Amino acid sequence: MDSQAQITASAKSLKKNDYINLFFLMVFGFIVTPMIVTSDYWYTSILIPWLCLSLATIGQQIVMGYTGQLSLGAAGFMAAGAFACYNLILRVEGLPFFGALIISGLIAAAIGIVFGLPSLRVRGLYLMVATLASQFFIIWVIDKFGWFKNYDSSGIITAQDIVIFDRAYTSPMDMYLVVLFVVVILTILAMNMARGSTGRNWMAVRDMDVAAESMGVSLLKTKLQAFAISSFYCGVAGALFAFTYLKSLEPVAFDIKLSFKILFMVILGGLGTINGAFIGAAFILLFPVLLNTIGNNVFHGAIDATIISALEQVVFGVLMIVFMIYEPLGMAKLWENLKTRIKSRFSKD
Amino acid sequence: MGNEILFFFEVLVGGLLAGTMYSLVALGFVLIYKASATFNFAQGAMVFFAVLSFVGFMELGLPFFVAFIVTIGLMILVGLATERLVLRPLVNQSEDTLLMATIGLGYVLEGLAQAAWGVEVRRLDLGIPDFPIMWIVDNVGIFISALDVTAGIVAAVMVIALALLFTYTKIGLGLRAVADDPGAASSIGIPLSQIMLLVWSSAGVVALVAGCLWGARAGVQFALVDLALKALPVLIIGGFSSIPGAIIAGLIVGAVEKLLEVYIGPFFGGAIEGWAPYVLAVFFLLARPEGLFGEKIIRRV
Repeated sequence: MDSQAQITASAKSLKKNDYINLFFLMVFGFIVTPMIVTSDYWYTSILIPWLCLSLATIGQQIVMGYTGQLSLGAAGFMAAGAFACYNLILRVEGLPFFGALIISGLIAAAIGIVFGLPSLRVRGLYLMVATLASQFFIIWVIDKFGWFKNYDSSGIITAQDIVIFDRAYTSPMDMYLVVLFVVVILTILAMNMARGSTGRNWMAVRDMDVAAESMGVSLLKTKLQAFAISSFYCGVAGALFAFTYLKSLEPVAFDIKLSFKILFMVILGGLGTINGAFIGAAFILLFPVLLNTIGNNVFHGAIDATIISALEQVVFGVLMIVFMIYEPLGMAKLWENLKTRIKSRFSKD
Repeated sequence: MGNEILFFFEVLVGGLLAGTMYSLVALGFVLIYKASATFNFAQGAMVFFAVLSFVGFMELGLPFFVAFIVTIGLMILVGLATERLVLRPLVNQSEDTLLMATIGLGYVLEGLAQAAWGVEVRRLDLGIPDFPIMWIVDNVGIFISALDVTAGIVAAVMVIALALLFTYTKIGLGLRAVADDPGAASSIGIPLSQIMLLVWSSAGVVALVAGCLWGARAGVQFALVDLALKALPVLIIGGFSSIPGAIIAGLIVGAVEKLLEVYIGPFFGGAIEGWAPYVLAVFFLLARPEGLFGEKIIRRV
């Protein structure tokens, strides 16, 4: 009884804390950032891709971090979402942008269910190969069937403007606000799902599927649900990525490299945490920027850009190994540890 | 009519022989999986790393065979470093953790290779032309590339050598013991770390050979990593722990993807090769998850 009460109490206080944090983050994201960040570079090259990829990483996180199913096809679902959104806006008269966004997510989710089917029989590397099939197949379908690209022969299609209530959101700051709005809503949803019974089922399946099944958790439903929701997030993220960051639609932008990147964001950020998705995405995006800046300012371009990008690969790989060895829960856990340490320092004084 | 049948056989044989190149990549993977139950995702990166270093050493002016030996030495070093820095600290971790660590290892190797040797596409001349052998053209009437035939022979030789090593030598016995039960094997005095080093080194040598054949065909470039990724469906079809499985599955994948590409590809604008092996693997997974020759996966609760 006692421990039960404690858990409820801590859950409650956690919730209250979360709301306060959320409030400050929203104020910061929606009001403070647009006031202090004026350079377009920050919006177009850092904030927008960061938010989009964080969203995709949450998707990958749901299937991999929460449900424990190794998958490597996030970019494929992103492509599905992006091209679905493009075609919906192109072909459906009067469909609002958010409507198109949601439907693209649902289309990606449907594809996700199909490619999630192998997860009912296999796991680990086996499943990873099955999801690789989705990655290559989706990109191929989009590439080879002209209808998806509206028979555009150049291969690169310009994305339509984002129009919401007759107002076109085209400036970098506008686009940032649209992306932020979607990401905030989906993040809150994801947090609630992860904390609620849905998330508990996911984690039960991750930790021991046989035990979960014997307790009445349906593996079929839970796994396919995880794949569907994960693909929904990736689909929406892909659509946003194409419409606000790339501003064009090309299948090659969603190749296997992007899938690997998202995988790295999940693992380095911290498996099974939502904030890890944001930390991981920020790290993978910002680290190359940092390396390039060092290359340009310290070595004055003496090091070739290709070598810098090769070194960045080495660093990611080394970090992956180091985190697997010392902190499998990733940067989110490091951040947690730092917070506890600071807190205990203050409470002592 | 006769021509069509000949053409079919030409595609089939070409596919089978090209498939042996997938087999060679898969072979290195099976070696490591057999001895340490580790899914080595970095095998493709090792292929790239090995052949790029090999070409790099030759560019530095080393003769062919010296460069080959030096690269083998380098691959042994890679094996040693992997054993010390990655595998040893991760002993007794779950398969998924090890898999993710080897994905990291793959990134490290790809990055190191490109940082050391640059990113431009290089040609690799093995002295074996990638052209049809005239003798076969004249006598049988089908076009079969000399490089494909070489790949087939090399794969056969390697498989036989590995089979002999595994069955008839003391080292092979030790390898099988470690694969069966690492704890028991080390308790009777089989040096685990040496076995691991040996396995990773031989996987490195296999990677070098596979890389040379791939490099001679497609040029030594980063795209080799993506080609090597196709060894994964090969493994699923063949089973992770079976050397003959890797070979036969490589043949199947090579033949099927070529046949599909030639006969069905034109209706869809081609490039079916890119995904056909993966989809084939998915069907195998649904029907026979342990692969053709793999051991049945028994999960204990």
